[in-house]
Amino acid sequence: MRDFRIGLAQIAPKLGDVEANLEKHLDYIDRARAAGCDLVAFPELSLTGYFLRDLVHEVGVNPSSGVLDPLLEKSHDITVIFGFVHHTPAHTFKSAAAYVEDGRILHIHHKVYLVTYGLFDEGRYLAPGDSVRPVDGKFGRQSLLICEDLWHPTTAAIAALDGADVIYGISCSPGRGISGGENELGSISTWHDINRLYAQLFTAYQVYCHRVGYEDGVNFPGGSEVVGPEGDVLARGSSDREELVVADLTDAALRRARIKVPLRRDENLELTMRELQRIHEEQYG
Amino acid sequence: MSAPAQSPSILTDRADVGLTLDTDLARGILEGFIANELNKVGFERAVIALSGGIDSALVCAIAANALGPDNVLAIMMPYRTSNPASRADAEDLVSRIGVRSKVVEITEMVNPYLESRPEASNVRRGNVMARMRMIVVYDNSAEFGGLVIGTSNKTEILLGYGTLFGDLASAVNPIGDLYKTQVRQMARAIDIPSQIIEKPPSADLWEGQSDEEDLGISYEDVDRILYLIFDERYQAQELIDAGFSDATIEKVYQMVRRNQFKRRPPIIAKISDRTIEREFRYPRDWGF
Repeated sequence: MRDFRIGLAQIAPKLGDVEANLEKHLDYIDRARAAGCDLVAFPELSLTGYFLRDLVHEVGVNPSSGVLDPLLEKSHDITVIFGFVHHTPAHTFKSAAAYVEDGRILHIHHKVYLVTYGLFDEGRYLAPGDSVRPVDGKFGRQSLLICEDLWHPTTAAIAALDGADVIYGISCSPGRGISGGENELGSISTWHDINRLYAQLFTAYQVYCHRVGYEDGVNFPGGSEVVGPEGDVLARGSSDREELVVADLTDAALRRARIKVPLRRDENLELTMRELQRIHEEQYG
Repeated sequence: MSAPAQSPSILTDRADVGLTLDTDLARGILEGFIANELNKVGFERAVIALSGGIDSALVCAIAANALGPDNVLAIMMPYRTSNPASRADAEDLVSRIGVRSKVVEITEMVNPYLESRPEASNVRRGNVMARMRMIVVYDNSAEFGGLVIGTSNKTEILLGYGTLFGDLASAVNPIGDLYKTQVRQMARAIDIPSQIIEKPPSADLWEGQSDEEDLGISYEDVDRILYLIFDERYQAQELIDAGFSDATIEKVYQMVRRNQFKRRPPIIAKISDRTIEREFRYPRDWGF
């Protein structure tokens, strides 16, 4: 992996207002550039806001429509990861994370696991993605996942087996669960557990880009963070402020982690494949 | 893919066809709705604010059919400035369909408050009257042992042309999914007096008020636009490309958008894992 500096744009998107949010993206891209960042990441659905309901059909973007051009233009100086509703040529709508570098979109990940329980309704409005693929950007092999994708450890495991050195989780996670007397909402402390666990188990950088602000009475409690491959929190955002959270990612840290705990070296893909194949045959054969 | 823009007449025709009701079918559903919604919660009676306008006249007639006229109490609540013709139309309807009725003048209830607010605009004064009527209707519903039946139509609800906790307040609303022009079709089909159907619609909150002047567009035109955008899911730009007025489309769309809050219950701040209306979402019928 090439060393690089990352900025997490922990913003509060304006629900349903692509134009206003695009402006905010351009502003944070400039701020990240000024802070010496090589890459800036935005939260899930950063271009649209989260609880869209029927607005999904109004804010969906066809990436070749020109709407994203101002953002693509800025990616000559800095790599950008952002979230949007992808309006496909077949007129389906997908929650998407785009990886933009040198003026073009190198990769789009479609959220594989849509959340349709609790307070979530994604499956009513969005179509799921059907692949987990890495992106080979200028810093090396990376993987983009979206929120609920990470609650299924298989997606992160695929990313790690595929050789990703950085796993990004962009997220919109409604704050909930205040009981227990902890200083942190239950929902966000669970995220921090996941990030630390994945970073250590997959010996990768785990990058969690979350948002702040309120939508329809629901709070999004920030807490964006970059966790190093030994589970060390390199930077973490506040629970309530828009801000740029900056951290430096180095190949040397990956080297140390993988020498100390060579989990990747010892991973038995053959065994995993064999057993998964057996399970698949037993369940679907 | 691109196609030549459709002319306004094609879209207008499409809207007019789509807005045309099978009134017999709709009437059966609405009568069944009122009987079902009341009976399952242990009620047989209904209370309706009767203004003399077409919406409350239609609701009153449907409720009378659904529950029997003796189980329906129509309350007329004129203010000092209310149009006397409205009261006459309301009384004519009551005598035709045989429902129970009473007149409750609200002038003496509303005036002490309004006199302390001499600067209040027409809209504020109208809202006070609408909310006073709500108080009277709800209190009478308790006395009569009936549920309050709402009379707001789909056009009004979408445009936000109503008073929150005033005329928009009710227990059940049989006509909230009928556009104004569909209310007219229903009214003709069940022999509401033509005088009520033909007169210019008015909230009658001040002298000479007219809905269509307030809104700046006729109900026929606005219903077509609402139907095409929200029922048929045309994009605003498609209507503009077809020749509909840019300014009108924008105005109608923004009215619907800005009044979304009137169509939703008050927002609850989320704290716990199970918030009412978010994760706590039993059907309304759960209670019965």
